[in-house]
Amino acid sequence: MKTILAVDDSNSLRQMVVFTLKQAGYDVVEAADGNEALSRAQSQNTDLVLTDVNMPGKDGITLVRDLRALPGYRFTPILVLTTEAGPEKKQEGKEAGATGWLVKPFSPEQLLSTVQRVLGEPSA
Amino acid sequence: MTIDIQQFVQTFLEESFEGLDTMEAQLLELNGDNPASIDTIFRAAHSIKGGAGTFGFSAVSDFTHGVETLLDQMRSGTRSTTPELTALLLEAVDCIRSMLSATDSGQTPDARKVADTAARIESWLDDSPARSRHPEPSATTAPRASQGWRIRFEPHADIMMTGNDPLRILSALSELGDMACQCDLGRLPPIETMDPEQCHLSWDIVVHGDIPRTAIESVFEWVEGECDLTIDEITAGEEAPGPATDEDTRSSPPPADKTENQDSATQVRQRDQSSSIRVNTRKIDALIDMVGELVITQSMLGELSERLQNGDPGCMEQLLDGITQLERNTRELQENVMGIRMLPISFAFNRIPRMVHDLSGRLGKSLQLQLTGEQTELDKTVLEKISDPLVHLVRNAADHGIEMPEQRAAAGKPETGTIQLNAFHQGGNIIIEIADDGAGLNRERIRERALHRGLISEEQVLSDEQLDDLIFAPGFSTAEAVSDVSGRGVGMDVVRQNINSLGGAVEISSEPGAGSRVTIRLPLTLSILDGQLIEVGQEKFVIPLVSIIESIQVTPGHLRSVADSRLLYRLRDQYIPVLFPDQLLLGDARRDRDLDHALLVVVEAEGQQAGLVVDDLLGQQQVVIKALETNFRRVDGIAGATILGDGTVALILDASGLMHLASRRTPDAPLLKRRDNAAA
Repeated sequence: MKTILAVDDSNSLRQMVVFTLKQAGYDVVEAADGNEALSRAQSQNTDLVLTDVNMPGKDGITLVRDLRALPGYRFTPILVLTTEAGPEKKQEGKEAGATGWLVKPFSPEQLLSTVQRVLGEPSA
Repeated sequence: MTIDIQQFVQTFLEESFEGLDTMEAQLLELNGDNPASIDTIFRAAHSIKGGAGTFGFSAVSDFTHGVETLLDQMRSGTRSTTPELTALLLEAVDCIRSMLSATDSGQTPDARKVADTAARIESWLDDSPARSRHPEPSATTAPRASQGWRIRFEPHADIMMTGNDPLRILSALSELGDMACQCDLGRLPPIETMDPEQCHLSWDIVVHGDIPRTAIESVFEWVEGECDLTIDEITAGEEAPGPATDEDTRSSPPPADKTENQDSATQVRQRDQSSSIRVNTRKIDALIDMVGELVITQSMLGELSERLQNGDPGCMEQLLDGITQLERNTRELQENVMGIRMLPISFAFNRIPRMVHDLSGRLGKSLQLQLTGEQTELDKTVLEKISDPLVHLVRNAADHGIEMPEQRAAAGKPETGTIQLNAFHQGGNIIIEIADDGAGLNRERIRERALHRGLISEEQVLSDEQLDDLIFAPGFSTAEAVSDVSGRGVGMDVVRQNINSLGGAVEISSEPGAGSRVTIRLPLTLSILDGQLIEVGQEKFVIPLVSIIESIQVTPGHLRSVADSRLLYRLRDQYIPVLFPDQLLLGDARRDRDLDHALLVVVEAEGQQAGLVVDDLLGQQQVVIKALETNFRRVDGIAGATILGDGTVALILDASGLMHLASRRTPDAPLLKRRDNAAA
């Protein structure tokens, strides 16, 4: 089963993301900010990281940069969840090493289709 | 797959109110341009905006957007913090709060204030030199008809360093239409010098089909800047080829296999349910409060017992008070702990719609399902065990109850048969009803079958209800043909057995031509019940309070002996059978006793009443049920056992089981004795 690390400081959004992904059959590890996410990532390799950008502690962009420095995360797809639809935030994410992005607000269906685009079917 | 995001709304509201409190507190303390606290305020606004957009509060999202923009400017230093601005932001916080609590409580927000505040935020933004851009949500570009696309895709060597994978892009393209691609190995270095972590390949791709350009572009959206890309339309003329830009394109979902998806989702959800329970924090907090109370009571009792030991007789009354308090604490704690195990019955109902849909196809019947009361809560264990019987009953209703469309039409009924599933609370029970508007039970055939199976005798006169009830008798099946739907060995008797073992009861009522209704009555919880302690001979028994109608003293002359040496008692205007629990269960022959003025506990089960002769009524108390099956074996007429305050074990009588025992067996063949003999 494929494992996804979901990082968001908003409880409700994280719940929605986690619920949606679990229901689709993915395994999900949660973290409420960049620091927690990094320590989760250090203890376990995941197949995909979904991270919010604006978070207390370590923000999403810094997290992407730190993750890329981990040997197990050099090629792992990392998607940033951003409300900023403008090009700068996306660019900032890409420069830090993010694979792509998902623009908030998104529906559970949009989330799944994006994740499936990257990971394929949950059990494949 | 559809996911109901409503279930997250409560969490969103809670965290938004928290966020608003934070914003308020920080705004009130804001003096000068303190970047740290502005950042906190910004983040709170940002989260509210994001969540509001996701969970469908577009008004809140739009409103907060302006606030967020102002805060963003303050954060980046392009706008300085002034008292007027702080005041406006505080007003904005009030507005958001009122908009959100409007959803929460159903009040209407102060629309005028919201509009006014929004306008003022807007005017602040308008005179801003550095008005930050937030493009409008992208409008869907009108799809343009085309024959297909020719794409040259040359990834840069380091494309994989961002987690992108050219293969993924190719497979996404192949989902858009017929794809052919040619790999260009021109850049591939000799193997000795090749860095396997880099990409050395390029592709020439042709995708056929009427695909909008945006769909193609969105596939490459994430790798723009990490590849050289040309996208040319195959038919000449319509659109000039140009480099891919993606400013306002959004990824379009690849056509995923929906059915398969949903199936695996359902399975996953079901697995999750059995492993954990999600509990509202409020319930946990209440528990902690109660444990606190309990500790206080305990220390009070401890102190009192010490005083009692020291020969202080005056504290007796306080001690009794303390014990009363302890009782109250324990009961509250119990109820709340039970509450934690409660889950909505929708978990058991979930698999029904799909099943009815499938059945409809397999049986060639037109079926519709109506579910009501899905939110009714019941104990998790009961919930798990009721699921199979429910499935069986619904299957039965679809298979045997609902007629074929032609028959229905001929009977003047709509061709589509309706199965209703309804759950609700009644007293300490949960009632689940499964009703269909089919043909109803065929009582003639039931009678025939019962005769054939030797369940009843030729001369036995049975009421309609009793006839209907026969379908729950072991080995009974009226279906003309054993179909692949219902004829899988489990009969209605197993359904009844399962429900009885849950401490519940099941009955059926039916009206020829109009349909049948199966009613399941279940206790809300399995582990504790309110019981009446009785004494019969040397034994103490517990009768569940729910099944007791009343306890009376036998009036001499109201007893009637009937054939088969059974006893009836005239209770007001009806006769009820008199049962001797000791005799039924233990085979004690105490029939010569004087029944005048004896105590009779009138119990009811499955719509019938009976009087149990007891020697003494001892008291009422809550008892914890211990299963007899796990420690001994299943015994008809006994629902379980419990341990009394003095440490002795008492059996819990099962009223319906006793009645069945009495009607099935001759009084001289008591159950335990007989089995013991057989075992010996």
